[in-house]
Amino acid sequence: MKVVGKNVTKIDAFKLARGEPVFTDDFTRDGMLYAKVLRSPHPHARILNVDAGAALKLEGVVDVIWHRDVKPIPHTRAGQSYPEPSPYDTLILGPKARFIGDRVAVVVAESVALAEAALDKIVVEYEELPALTDMDEAFTNSEILIHEEPDPQGISEAGKTNIAARIDKEVGDVDAALKTCDLVVTRDYHLPRVQASHIEPHISIAWVDEDQRLIVRTSTQVPFHLRRMLAQILEIPEARIRVIKPRVGGGFGDKQELVVEDLVGVLALRTGRPVRLEFTREEELIAARYRHPQRITMTTGVMKDGTIVANRMYVLADTGAYGSHALTVQGNTGQKVLPMYPAANIHFKMDCVYTNNPISGAFRGYGAPQGCFALECHIDEVARELGMDRLELRLKNHIKLGDTDPLSAKLGEGKEGLVRVVNSTGLDKAIELGCEAIGWGHEKEPSATHLKRGLGMALAMQGSGIAGVDWGGATVKLNDDGSVNLAVGATDIGQGSDTVLAQMCAEELGIPYDKVIILSSDTDLTPFDVGAYASSTTYISGGAVVKAAAEVRGQLAGVLGPHWECEPDAIVFADGMATGPAGKSMTMGEVALFALYQAMIQPMATASHMSNDSPPPFAAQFAEVEVDTETGQVHVRRFVSAVDCGTPIHPIMVEGQIEGAVAQGLGYALFEEVLLDRTGRVLNPNFLDYKIASSLDVPDMVTILVETDEPTGPYGAKAAGEVPIDGPAPAIVNAICDAVGVRMYRIPATAERVWRGLKEETR
Amino acid sequence: MNISFNLNGSATNLEVAPGESLLQALRASRVFSVKLGCETGDCGSCTVLLDGQPVNSCMVVAARVNGSHVTTMEGLLGDDLMIRLQTELVEHGAVQCGYCIPGLLISLYALVKQGPSCGGEIDEEVIRHALTGNLCRCTGYVKPVEAARAVVAAMEVPK
Repeated sequence: MKVVGKNVTKIDAFKLARGEPVFTDDFTRDGMLYAKVLRSPHPHARILNVDAGAALKLEGVVDVIWHRDVKPIPHTRAGQSYPEPSPYDTLILGPKARFIGDRVAVVVAESVALAEAALDKIVVEYEELPALTDMDEAFTNSEILIHEEPDPQGISEAGKTNIAARIDKEVGDVDAALKTCDLVVTRDYHLPRVQASHIEPHISIAWVDEDQRLIVRTSTQVPFHLRRMLAQILEIPEARIRVIKPRVGGGFGDKQELVVEDLVGVLALRTGRPVRLEFTREEELIAARYRHPQRITMTTGVMKDGTIVANRMYVLADTGAYGSHALTVQGNTGQKVLPMYPAANIHFKMDCVYTNNPISGAFRGYGAPQGCFALECHIDEVARELGMDRLELRLKNHIKLGDTDPLSAKLGEGKEGLVRVVNSTGLDKAIELGCEAIGWGHEKEPSATHLKRGLGMALAMQGSGIAGVDWGGATVKLNDDGSVNLAVGATDIGQGSDTVLAQMCAEELGIPYDKVIILSSDTDLTPFDVGAYASSTTYISGGAVVKAAAEVRGQLAGVLGPHWECEPDAIVFADGMATGPAGKSMTMGEVALFALYQAMIQPMATASHMSNDSPPPFAAQFAEVEVDTETGQVHVRRFVSAVDCGTPIHPIMVEGQIEGAVAQGLGYALFEEVLLDRTGRVLNPNFLDYKIASSLDVPDMVTILVETDEPTGPYGAKAAGEVPIDGPAPAIVNAICDAVGVRMYRIPATAERVWRGLKEETR
Repeated sequence: MNISFNLNGSATNLEVAPGESLLQALRASRVFSVKLGCETGDCGSCTVLLDGQPVNSCMVVAARVNGSHVTTMEGLLGDDLMIRLQTELVEHGAVQCGYCIPGLLISLYALVKQGPSCGGEIDEEVIRHALTGNLCRCTGYVKPVEAARAVVAAMEVPK
């Protein structure tokens, strides 16, 4: 292959490195207004009245809106395919505040400073209500109902309990099987609330153009879902809405949700002026979305020879005040994780509860990092109790080529799923190469007596898009000079999808990569795509690009064949040339001129692609840690990731995905946690107190790409974006246990927690 | 209040509000390479050179730069060292979403231009220290550090 598999220059990298004005906010419009949100100081309260009189008297304050000013249209802000598997439990502005930070009113003014000043002048009359911020209490307490809407849609036990979503699926008979096992191990694992922390905050600018259309320029992962959602909640036709996605400064799932776009939309329509709303970092950490906090109970039954006979996972999760992604994230916790060890008996059960805490939602890995932590720690625990080597236990039980994912038929995207068979796997090779790179079985000597070293590992699998749901479109159009316009709905949020899709287009047409001009994610100009989530873009949108490019190639062969008096199939497109039999050849520019001016056709095609498969990428990840037994401080010395993502379309960008995921997973393991007080108030809403990895925190990383050929993927590709975030936390925590014998059932494994664990161990 | 300073080589007058940050003032003047990430001095996306030293422009009151030299990416686009840094970052795959990159490049530029504050060579440890104020959520810092090392290594080759 000439372009696929090559490290071509990332298509947008130079303009980004030059700091060109390419992001949502690098743009202004005359007469722009600035919005700010007034947020609830109470975890649970009715909003009886909002007096904005004093705020509106400030010169430059244009408008203040609250729930009386907007029509109550229940919806979900989840940003998923329609019909969404998330409850319609949200209003643009509602009569009840459900967490400290919930929207109460919105100000729009001539400047950010004025809007902020106006917030202080608004007087709100609240009726405080008792609040639930503990998920166990929310699970059992049905006296206090967080959602009591008269018209609930999609809430699991609406009006009766605080349960937003639940799943209970079983393959085989776990209870019966456990009775036959030589050993049954049960443990609880506790997962923290963490935040995506893309460096570019949520930001949107909306205006009404000269055709009375609402134009929304926004930092989003889902431009097409967003257009549909805005049409629904603003009650204007989709034809009157255009969503434009410029460059996006990171998303990681957090920009799958509609977080600010509805407000700029409402305010632009009300005022007739452009309106901008940007979150502060504090708002990001209070009012964007989190990875769901969970408690996971794992029960595993094994035979003496290490055969896993039964696995049970029970998940209790906190969705916070609203239930977007409540069903599907928690579904993924089992669905994406338990198949790693396809026992004959598997039981997955989850309850996801509303609380008066800030909102959980989508974050890279989408439930799998939680489940993978529990399962992979648990496998080490089972091995220890069984007296078996932990690597051997994994090798004996992990899913193999040709195996059927035992949960796939029972558990799909919030509904029954499609049967998934493993058609490609490099997992064994990944384990072998990873073990070699980390020096598995060769314990290293620490440099001082108070330091202890240990090794840990974890296996992970994910999916490539949502089977039978995700799809995308692509249009390819040939220009006079042999260049092509490629228009895709797929959404580049920094992961590099524009580059990868351009590579596939060039490969399929046999033209150089720099002859592809890509335009992505403008709802007026590009075909539909579900957007950037569920590790779908390379696999799903890539499939659409390959089909569209192949169709254009077919059109060209169709006009050249008669001209050259040969079968169209005999014409080869490669190296920027079309070559036929008997020495006939043309450059792609000549072909284009012939097609456009002699044959008089526009070589152009649009194709759509979906897949009923979601082939799992695999990862084997390894950590070497050093634990200071005096302080509990954990230092990750080395981290190895061996990842099978099928054919890497752009190897160094795949490495970049893995390395970034490891850094995020490291934070999950050791230091990231959004802390709440008993009222659900965020205690650390800034980057000083909510710490993400800096250049000094990350370990020496080794990244190995294990190439396989996925038969259903474009050029053999599977996904890469999410799978490497699953393994770091369990691998690191398993390494801590290996080093000092302390099992951290709760992450992050901060120095204090490890130190306390060490104290208990020696007591 | 009105301030006069040298912005990217040009004498500049700006009307700024009391308390307005240099970040806000620059972006209001359409200097868009300077990015807002946190406004608390923690992420480094708004890094600029103030009289040659990298600073978080969100932490600098705009009025304070009266009489100073402020350099942003816009002022370094033709600079050989900056072009080398940009090229290596791009070719090493260090630019993912790119939001933190102009700020990170300014920090690297200052390091390579001035050398480590404690003297000695610019090794990986020094580079990592220089970047500790520039948070990047995409890359895990592996490729940015590799790219910086490549620039430094190329400079050490005798001509």
